[in-house]
Amino acid sequence: MTVAESPLDPPAGVPAGERPDPGAAAGGPGRTGRAGRGSRRSPWRQPLAVTGFVVLALWTLVAVFAPALAPYDPDAQAFDTLQAPSGAHLFGTDEVGRDVLSRVLFGARISLPYAVILVVAAMLIGAVLGGLAGYFGGWVDAVVMRLADLVFAFPGIILALAIAAALGPQLRNAVIAVVVVSWPSYARLVRSLVLSARGAQYVVSSRLLGASGLRTLVVDIRPNSAGPVFVMAALDVGNAVLLLSGLSFLGLGAQPPTAEWGAMVAAGAQNFDRWWVGLFPGLAILTVVLAFNFVGDTLRDVLDPRTAREVRA
Amino acid sequence: MSSSSPLEAPAAPASPPAPARRRARPGRQRLGRFLLKRIAAGLLLCVGITLVSFLLTQLVPGDPVTANLGQQASADPAAVAAFRHQYGLDRPVPVQYLVYLGNVLHGDFGMSQQSHRPVSTDLAEYIPATMELALFAIVVSIVIGVPLGILAAVYRDRWVDQVLRVVSLAGVSMPTFWIALLAFYLLFFKLGVLPGGGRLDPTETPPTHTTGFYTVDALLHGQWSLLGSALLHLVLPGLVLATYTVGMLLRFTRASVLEILGLDYVRAARAKGLPERVVVLRHVLRPALISIITVAGVAFGSLLSGTVLVESIFSWPGLGQYAYNSAKNLDLPAIMGVSVVVAVVYIVINLLVDVLYGVIDPRIRLS
Repeated sequence: MTVAESPLDPPAGVPAGERPDPGAAAGGPGRTGRAGRGSRRSPWRQPLAVTGFVVLALWTLVAVFAPALAPYDPDAQAFDTLQAPSGAHLFGTDEVGRDVLSRVLFGARISLPYAVILVVAAMLIGAVLGGLAGYFGGWVDAVVMRLADLVFAFPGIILALAIAAALGPQLRNAVIAVVVVSWPSYARLVRSLVLSARGAQYVVSSRLLGASGLRTLVVDIRPNSAGPVFVMAALDVGNAVLLLSGLSFLGLGAQPPTAEWGAMVAAGAQNFDRWWVGLFPGLAILTVVLAFNFVGDTLRDVLDPRTAREVRA
Repeated sequence: MSSSSPLEAPAAPASPPAPARRRARPGRQRLGRFLLKRIAAGLLLCVGITLVSFLLTQLVPGDPVTANLGQQASADPAAVAAFRHQYGLDRPVPVQYLVYLGNVLHGDFGMSQQSHRPVSTDLAEYIPATMELALFAIVVSIVIGVPLGILAAVYRDRWVDQVLRVVSLAGVSMPTFWIALLAFYLLFFKLGVLPGGGRLDPTETPPTHTTGFYTVDALLHGQWSLLGSALLHLVLPGLVLATYTVGMLLRFTRASVLEILGLDYVRAARAKGLPERVVVLRHVLRPALISIITVAGVAFGSLLSGTVLVESIFSWPGLGQYAYNSAKNLDLPAIMGVSVVVAVVYIVINLLVDVLYGVIDPRIRLS
């Protein structure tokens, strides 16, 4: 939530991100028409964003109050196995006789905090490396960007899978794997932002006033680059949830008996004829990811001047 | 692309040249030089990938000898010594890497612990199945995603656009492994409308082997019933895999069509009284399609990722199921083999996309 909320107050004149611009080759129109705050496009007036915020708020409450909300102990193998949903067990029971509803509720305590933590970590690492690469150029730039290229050479989960497997199956290692896979997007974005800011007058003036390179980077450039980075982070949380639960589905993330949604869907795949075992944890993942994407997508529309631009026909 | 968001128009991994640069150097010779540079960069990346996979195996806690030989063989000192010597484990790490690189170049990824066969043999067997599935899925996603994206752009901000926005966001938000499970349960187990697993029914024998693509092989040898069956078996896993890429392509198509709809020449086309249908189909679609090609590589990458999570549910005997089983059993040689091969395939695909882009875009072709 904090990640998603901060970009609501962007600095003015946020440069556009490093997205391939389909129209640019054909001579795209000028980059004008930044959406202002409180305009028709305020995220609080967008039904999707509001839905997303509400869903995320509900899941946050669930994560905080899971022990009070859950009808049973999520790890207690206290019931008949694989019971269909009923009054006593709204989401049924799983293959070792645990209450699926309680486990889904407790699962929020894994997926939400870890997703936020790893996105923040990826963002910080990527921003620092990308900032240094963009500002200092030379061999720093070359090393950081070749590393990023290397990560981008792997399709998403493949590299995460190899890293998580090499480090050993553990939730902590899965988080590390996802961070390693995620930071280069931020590094590329921040690098391009810094590159475009480096020649700006306010940066040159700062240097002329005697500020060191590092000071210029942190004091002058950082605040002006924060907006797009936060938007990317907001859009990335959903992906982080998907990747992390995917690794758990593969058995490389959360280990039993931890109540984790991806691992629960894996149990559902083992007992596919008992639909409730896999359906509900998967729905939990879907709602969380969808909510983050609703919020992130709206923020991008509002904050990214290029997509926010009205195309006047 | 798990790393870069699907909602962003993703940057191709091999960082495509900036449009301005592309425009600045037209002509065939330039195209040749551009291709050579791309190929060189791709080869370098491939070497980098082997380095990553080598370093990851170095990270593994535990003895690589036990991991590769298994318990029984590693109890035999002669076998251990032979193994250490064969893989150069008695030599310094940089030399070990060179040895490893040499092995990989000879197609030697070590032995799989689950299948007790060379990983390369396993990979060769599974690659065609996955490629067939992924190609089917990308065709499906283009056929569904691109027209819907055009629709969303044309009806911008109206209810069609709003609905499609939710559709595309839902597509990229679905946990693939979960939608696979639901589709399997509903369409195969409950309704029985589609075959649920494998590339053919258990009673059928695969078509005569030529390419390893069952549909193509069946077609080549005129085995029509097998062709039908193979296509039918592709539908369920293919559609499931495509959910993510449909959402991604829909969003990207919408953005690039909108971008072009705002250009002056489109305004000119409208001003001279062309019907909207002609404007969109003839003047907007072509340039939009060219830019959509640039994301096809990224889409293919996310399909390859998806196979890891989907194939096991549909018992699809491909790389994804192999990776899944390797992950479940911590079969490291197999995992590294799959990662290297998939990454190389991904690099080749992106290279092809670059080449295709260079060939299609007249600003490169014409001088």
